[in-house]
Amino acid sequence: MSLQDVDRSILANGGSDGVKAEEYLQRAGARLRHWLSRYGLLAAFLVFWQAASSGGWINSAVFPPIDAILSSMWRGVFGGALLDDIAISLQRSGLAFVAAVLVAIPLGLFMGQVRPIEQALDPILQLFRQTSALALYPVFILLLGLGEASKVFVIFWATLFPLLLNTISGVKEVDSKLIEMARVYGASRPTVFRRVVLPGAIPSIFVGLRLSATTALLLLIASEMIGANKGVGFQVMNAQYNFQIPLMFAAIFILAGLGLIANYALVFAQRRLCRWSDVSI
Amino acid sequence: MGDVETFRKGEIALRDLSKSFQIGGRSLRVLRNLNLDIRSGECLAIVGASGSGKTTLLRILAGLEAADAGKVVIDDQPVRGVGNERAVIFQEPRLLPWQTVLENVAFGLEVRGGHARHANERARHYLSLVGLADFADAYPKQLSGGMAQRVGIARALTVQPEILLLDEPFGALDAMTKLTMQEELERIWRDENVTMVLVTHDLEEAVYLADRVLVLPKNRDGNPKIIEIDLARPRDRSEAGFVQYRKDLLREFGLH
Repeated sequence: MSLQDVDRSILANGGSDGVKAEEYLQRAGARLRHWLSRYGLLAAFLVFWQAASSGGWINSAVFPPIDAILSSMWRGVFGGALLDDIAISLQRSGLAFVAAVLVAIPLGLFMGQVRPIEQALDPILQLFRQTSALALYPVFILLLGLGEASKVFVIFWATLFPLLLNTISGVKEVDSKLIEMARVYGASRPTVFRRVVLPGAIPSIFVGLRLSATTALLLLIASEMIGANKGVGFQVMNAQYNFQIPLMFAAIFILAGLGLIANYALVFAQRRLCRWSDVSI
Repeated sequence: MGDVETFRKGEIALRDLSKSFQIGGRSLRVLRNLNLDIRSGECLAIVGASGSGKTTLLRILAGLEAADAGKVVIDDQPVRGVGNERAVIFQEPRLLPWQTVLENVAFGLEVRGGHARHANERARHYLSLVGLADFADAYPKQLSGGMAQRVGIARALTVQPEILLLDEPFGALDAMTKLTMQEELERIWRDENVTMVLVTHDLEEAVYLADRVLVLPKNRDGNPKIIEIDLARPRDRSEAGFVQYRKDLLREFGLH
């Protein structure tokens, strides 16, 4: 009897327990591989940062180690100092985002269906869209003062266009053959809108929502860097002035986190609303 | 009285129908003074080369396009636009991707003001008639081309039309699926007692399904021609009579 034969007989006698354990290991292995392929590079980047900073390969005054940033974030959030900043920042970008949604979606749904209005307004929309909101910020400050209003308005302005244009194109790109099908069954215009146009435009509206959410956070930081004394964006600048570099990175990480959360929340909502299509993150 | 009424259901008369299109500033006449009577409960196939106006004729019948002159009379009533006595099956299934198969089948009846529960019940009936009862909760993208087209057929049947208008309904399907679908369509047509107008470029399909075939002329000055298909049903595609009709139709287009 050779060794191989022994192995085989053990395997054969091992019964279902052996098979189950093997299957379990295989599944765990597959899950690990999946996790590594998705997050491996990110983890390696953070580990490299930590090692490079604490090992002195890079200037740790500019790139403090990850653990110092995390402890600074912990102190800031649970000590309450950063919490106020997060709250005011969320309020600014949230207000602007909600206002943009309330204006852009109904307006876009309307414009997408009425060709002459869309054609008349398109050039001016393109012009506004291509004009950087940041370039207009001084104008808004002149008009609305240096307070909350101008900050919220500049964010609103920048978030409005991606959402509006995506809503319009979503409505325009609804398959005209589906609309014709509904007409054959005698559907009225409101019915066609409710049952064909609106659901057909939703994926594109969500593209707009995700773009707008990202833009809202981007503009939030820019507006808070000018003439603010609170907010996460302010904290990034302020911590840098005071040379609290770990705090600065803590604020930057929080911003990145807010962006990720907003995106995931929208993806989640889209998956709930659009079970019929595949939604990628 | 009731008998007379059911007898008259789904009768179509076309009177002096004309239609032209403006293409590049030139007027292109596709239908010229067409007169035709479609009998109640018959299956009429319309064949013709591309550009002969067969799809235009069907779209006028459906009420999706207006004729330049002449009129369409259904059950002695001149009609304009779409109507509840007609349903259309297009070449593409045209299903709403965000609704389940059952919701799609019920769509037409719901839009026509049917009660949602009643519509669902009837939709289930016609879904099982096309053999897809098990797919009621699936979404269109999970279906094959043939299955999706069956859903489209079930949706049209659910409104229980007197007249079923089909625009190359199996044109996008593979050869095997197409044959199966033709057999099923024939069975449904007999069971549902509906008038069918079928536009097709498949001459064998026309001979298999139709009582009469309307051949639209290739040359615009020619006259439309009606060929009666006098074969027992269900028809046998390899039988001599069938093959002869197919040959006759091919000859209409100068083919052999």
